[in-house]
Amino acid sequence: MAFRPLAISTRTGASAAISVVALVFAALAAVASRAEFGSGLGSADWAAIRFTAMQALLSALISTLLAIPVARALARRRFWGRGVLVTLLGAPFILPVIVAVLGLLAVFGRAGWLNAGLSAIGMPTVSIYGLHGVVLAHVFFNLPLATRLLLQAWHTLPAERFRLAAQLNLTPRAVFLSLEWPMLRQIVPGVAALIFVICLTSFAVALTLGGGPRATTIELAIYQAFRFDFDLSRAALLSLVQLGLAGGAAVLALWIIPSVSLGGGRDRPLRRWDARGGWQRIPDILAIGTGAAFLLLPLCAVVWRGLLGLPATPTSVWLAAGTSIGVALTSVVILLALALPLAGWIASARQGGIEGVGLFGLAASPLMIGTGWFILINPVADPFALALPVTALVNALMGLPFVLRILVPPLRDTVQVYGRLSQSLGLQGWPLWRWVILPRLRPQIGFAAGLTGALSMGDLGVIALFADPDRTTLPLQMYRLMGSYQMEAASGAALILLGLSLGIFWAFDKGGRWHADA
Amino acid sequence: MLTLENVVITQDGFTLSADLSISPATKYAVIGPSGAGKSTLLGGLCGFIPITKGKLLWQGTDITDAAPGARPMTMLFQDNNLFPHLSVLQNVGLGLRPDLRLSKDDRAKVETALSRVGLADLATRKPGALSGGQQSRAALARVLVQARPLVLLDEPFAALGPALRNEMLDLVHELVTETKASLIMVTHAPEDVRRIADQVIFVANGHAAAPQPAAALMDNPPPELRAYLG
Repeated sequence: MAFRPLAISTRTGASAAISVVALVFAALAAVASRAEFGSGLGSADWAAIRFTAMQALLSALISTLLAIPVARALARRRFWGRGVLVTLLGAPFILPVIVAVLGLLAVFGRAGWLNAGLSAIGMPTVSIYGLHGVVLAHVFFNLPLATRLLLQAWHTLPAERFRLAAQLNLTPRAVFLSLEWPMLRQIVPGVAALIFVICLTSFAVALTLGGGPRATTIELAIYQAFRFDFDLSRAALLSLVQLGLAGGAAVLALWIIPSVSLGGGRDRPLRRWDARGGWQRIPDILAIGTGAAFLLLPLCAVVWRGLLGLPATPTSVWLAAGTSIGVALTSVVILLALALPLAGWIASARQGGIEGVGLFGLAASPLMIGTGWFILINPVADPFALALPVTALVNALMGLPFVLRILVPPLRDTVQVYGRLSQSLGLQGWPLWRWVILPRLRPQIGFAAGLTGALSMGDLGVIALFADPDRTTLPLQMYRLMGSYQMEAASGAALILLGLSLGIFWAFDKGGRWHADA
Repeated sequence: MLTLENVVITQDGFTLSADLSISPATKYAVIGPSGAGKSTLLGGLCGFIPITKGKLLWQGTDITDAAPGARPMTMLFQDNNLFPHLSVLQNVGLGLRPDLRLSKDDRAKVETALSRVGLADLATRKPGALSGGQQSRAALARVLVQARPLVLLDEPFAALGPALRNEMLDLVHELVTETKASLIMVTHAPEDVRRIADQVIFVANGHAAAPQPAAALMDNPPPELRAYLG
């Protein structure tokens, strides 16, 4: 049709969308074919379902509630290092789960700093394993996310309102009731829903800190059914339950989830007159201090113990690091090949809705897709030989929903601003991408590639399902070291993994912005 | 000759009708009140807004549904005429080859056009490093290399000061005279009409009137035009 805003071919976009849907549905069909509905769910399965919902609910509630005072304090206080702290709030997103777990163990674990302090003053020690450990780790990951989202919402309150409040000499309590509370009431349910959905498909946290009959998530139960019992029917059945639960929750939460801006330190401080000195400062200092310590102490522990453990790191770790780099880069390539045509299609389409394709990756759990493809590959080839390509592919799919959210808005802008000019010059097909879209979107493409690379680098999901001793990524190798109580070597591996994840993110993000023109 | 045969252009419920023709090597000014449909007319001609009734003919060939890039015209918009991430040379080169695979010949043509508009030394700069006037010149250099028989301007110099704008209008005048192209220019300023136009297309109340000789019309405007000019 002649009157489209930009001559982006819908064919490549549609084929990318079909590939994504086909990849997920093929896995789903394979899983469904193996599930024996007659056998039904056992009591252990029901326990896993209950635990999954319970830990997700607790994680969402605690993360969101704790984020409110931290975000409020950050919104109204200016201090040295505030910008760095706000940027650091984005770090858990690209932090490998297994690295964070090791950091949390160093602080809250059996021989951790907290217990050392408690026993020094004669108090009983606490255990990090089980429900509270899982929730603790989820709060560690999601408290910063919730804080960032709430901080964004705080910044949407117009400066004029605060000026008016200052004019009327409203007390901080009155400011809270008249300005901040109405805003919170709108945003908080969405933030909690987002965290709930994220925590439903949690695997690596449950694998390391949960386990046992009373702390197993569905995702972990799939893994155990597959790996320990090789009970494909039960794994398949659990996968369907997981898809129903996570997918259903994702769809329900979709319209209350706020738009997640993942951009770094883009927040402009606002002068706040209701932020007073004296006693009122203390709760704010407490909120920011505790929040920062909760975020930074485990990270410091990783770096400190990692430096100590680095000399003890065996060669296997370095080999696994090489493999991980390969997997991460492959994920980035697959992701861009899928996301760019898809984003082009979404941005030039008249009505939305196609974005839902990207959410497919979020609703379908990685282990379900892994199980499905294992079933598909098994008759024709050795699935273990294909462990790494499948891992790279699934990791790319997991990054897709976030990446589409990053790419689509600037692509829409490009279509808006340069669509007519491109069309009047007859730009279409590859020249259109080469000369207009790719250069305009370079910063976002770099950011998206960095995120995906870091997520894939640190992923401990499908690879755990497929891996054999010869083919292993760094997160899995680290998990094995932890499992065999080689904590020094594991700490060294954690530091390497942390460096690689941050490094790949930094390299792509920087590359995207290098010599970028406004 | 470009012919609009009982054309109706529709955008978001707004319609504009026109039944007129554009002669070769003639300069037209399109004037009329804000919101009367001047930009809609140009958008319809260029293929950005659908023509819902009637026919658009170029030398007798129906181009009503042709893609914007396939029409015998080149258009300058109010803004965003240059890609900020490409050099001036590349921006102009796009007018010759959308894939920017410029041959030696193409490159020479681009350089000739750039020196014609006085930008020979700035070929490697990016638009952000140019002044407003220089950016307009770069866009005009592209119009020159495209050498299409129709040049459409939708107030591209509105953001420039009066002296600079006159300079640009004179340059446009020279360029279209050299290439023997027809010019169709939307403007708000009566003095622009006198400066450059042979004919005037007056747009009001969703209708574009047939062109009339500029000088006579401006000296003795009908009541509607008089009301607009004030």
